[in-house]
Amino acid sequence: MATQFLPPDWPGNFWAHWAVFTAIILVFLLLTVMAFIWFERRAMAIMQSRLGPNRAGPFGIFQPAADALKLLIKEDVVPAAGDKVVHWLAPVVAFVPVMMVFAVVPFQGGALLADLNVGVLYIVAISSLTAVGIFMAGWSSNNKYSLLGAMRQVASVVSYEIPVVLSLIGVILLAGSLSLQQIVQAQEIPFILVQPLGFLLFFCGALAEINRAPFDLTEADSEIVAGFLTEYSGMKFGLLFLAEYGEALAISAIVTTLFLGGWRGPLLPDWLWFLLKVGAVFFFIVWIRTTVPRVRIDQLMALAWKFLFPLALINLLVTAVEILVWPDVSLWLLVPVNFAVMIVLVLLWSKLFKLGWGRVNV
Amino acid sequence: MTTKTTREITLPTEPFAVNIGPAHPSTHGVFRMLTTLDGEVILNMEPIFGYLHRGIEKLAEERTYGGCVPLTDRLDYLASMSNNLAYVLAVEKLAGIAVPERAEYIRVIMAELQRIASHLIAIGAFLNDCGAFMTPILYMLREREKILDLFDMVCGQRLTYNYMRVGGVSQDIPEEFAPALKKCLKEMPRWINEYEWLLKENEILLARAKGVGILTREMAINISASGPVLRASGVEWDIRRADPYSIYDRFEFDIPTGKAGDCYDRYRVRVEEMRQSLRILEQALKDLPAGEVRSEVPHLIRPPAGEAYSHIEAPRGDLGFYLVSDGSIAPYRFHVRAPTLINLTALNDMMRGWKVADLILIFGSIDICLAEVDR
Repeated sequence: MATQFLPPDWPGNFWAHWAVFTAIILVFLLLTVMAFIWFERRAMAIMQSRLGPNRAGPFGIFQPAADALKLLIKEDVVPAAGDKVVHWLAPVVAFVPVMMVFAVVPFQGGALLADLNVGVLYIVAISSLTAVGIFMAGWSSNNKYSLLGAMRQVASVVSYEIPVVLSLIGVILLAGSLSLQQIVQAQEIPFILVQPLGFLLFFCGALAEINRAPFDLTEADSEIVAGFLTEYSGMKFGLLFLAEYGEALAISAIVTTLFLGGWRGPLLPDWLWFLLKVGAVFFFIVWIRTTVPRVRIDQLMALAWKFLFPLALINLLVTAVEILVWPDVSLWLLVPVNFAVMIVLVLLWSKLFKLGWGRVNV
Repeated sequence: MTTKTTREITLPTEPFAVNIGPAHPSTHGVFRMLTTLDGEVILNMEPIFGYLHRGIEKLAEERTYGGCVPLTDRLDYLASMSNNLAYVLAVEKLAGIAVPERAEYIRVIMAELQRIASHLIAIGAFLNDCGAFMTPILYMLREREKILDLFDMVCGQRLTYNYMRVGGVSQDIPEEFAPALKKCLKEMPRWINEYEWLLKENEILLARAKGVGILTREMAINISASGPVLRASGVEWDIRRADPYSIYDRFEFDIPTGKAGDCYDRYRVRVEEMRQSLRILEQALKDLPAGEVRSEVPHLIRPPAGEAYSHIEAPRGDLGFYLVSDGSIAPYRFHVRAPTLINLTALNDMMRGWKVADLILIFGSIDICLAEVDR
């Protein structure tokens, strides 16, 4: 289907554009998060040979709504010795950046709140802000488990943020733009094929950023109870929970946009392609969660600094050289080259890790 | 492992105490660990237990010898059959009661099935502690369910069986039991292979569990550890071999041991033990003789005054019962040597210097059942 671009100020007025897309993002975010929570629980149940939610509505589809309702009418407990103002602010600080990320994500051609020419930079900057909210939550709860979780978040955020940013630069070099809309337009073939290593590194870092297994250290339920969430109840817990799944959704959307060709695809309408791809990435995240155990905090940092970081640098170098040497070459030619580079590098670094490079003395 | 302190040039920090438990997702009951942490590193850990103390040893003194069997069900509720067996063996030794051949075989079958069921829980819970979100334990519960179905078939219970009796077992196995067990035995190696395929070489599990929480051979012997915890430290000690009870001297099986004594070896030993249990089960089912399942024992047993100690290789270690009789219908003294309580004593030494995440892992690898620790 030929892509039709909406004008940048659709439906014709800046304020109307702003209002319509803010409403779309809010509704999209809340509904999709609810759908994804249901989807995750059902998918995990199937993988774990159980049934999952199946009482509220057909296939338990109203379970997230029922849960949200329960959270709304629950008592909101604030720890007596906690910092009440920060405790109240933390869920907001955690949730708002998640929504702000969607401002630059194109749902289909031209359908986005703001086509920033620094889109990728904006996403990287905004999405790290959630860590501040999480640290506020952990600190203000005045609970040792919460504090441990919050400290882990801060310790890991400095480790994974750099490889995440570096792995994105390859995509930016190929597309020649920071605007997400133009990156999608540049993807004649999805960049996951041209930038396989970049995708791998970004995905690893992103899993750490959204606190999902195997990097769910901040709320490691078998170790520190629920980490920063321990002292939260009622809708404040709901908001933090929403922020977390919203982040997972945002990361899925970013991966879709940067690596999977965004809304582009044959036959189906563009917005449906976008949703399908986001769902597929999210399913992959769920799949990983049910499969692997959790790593330790020092292992996460070793992974980030000794595996992701050098590989991201090499990937950047390789991409830059390729663009410099073959400026007009077809993207298809880069696919086998980059896959070969990825396989060699990953095997080499795995070997180094096996030899004890990744081991950290406690 | 010692902690390197390079605190001189950095901000001043101080250790802080964290109460892990008694209500915590990974304490396997109500166990409390008063830990002193330096950031994430454990400086000291003080175990505090007794939250589940029910005075079972005292309660037993008020009951008849036969009436104590249900109490032993409630010691290690994940391995009730083994507890039953250890207790009735002690009473039989005390009163000099012979057991029919068929009953001995049935007891061995039950004890080995129980070992597999218990190890399934142990491995599943260990991986849950490792952070694998519920998947391994749910897979293993699925398989344990089939063993529980077998128990259900013979005694109508799924958790507290009360199946063994002084002088035999409460009832003969039903007709459909042997085919069901055969089918189970055919399927079980496939389950174990499935877990091996998913977990044995799992990179994250290796990184988390290898070399973590080492219990040296010397220390394991010194604290008189037993069961998989001892064998993972490289000591080939199994009561089934070292001090054979029942009819274990008739079966062929190996004693799997580890080398390093770390969490990973303890997990490996348990997996291998399940395989060995399957071997014993196959042999026992093949040789199962016909005949009585219970010898003539009076309803109220009055053993002669004296004492007896009998121990077995329970899934969690060397489980012993010490009984003193004064010639009446109730034991004068009833003491349980709980293996998990003794295995726990090395916890502090295994944990010091590791991180909070390892603490949970090491604790999980010992595989305790709080009902047995506290009694």
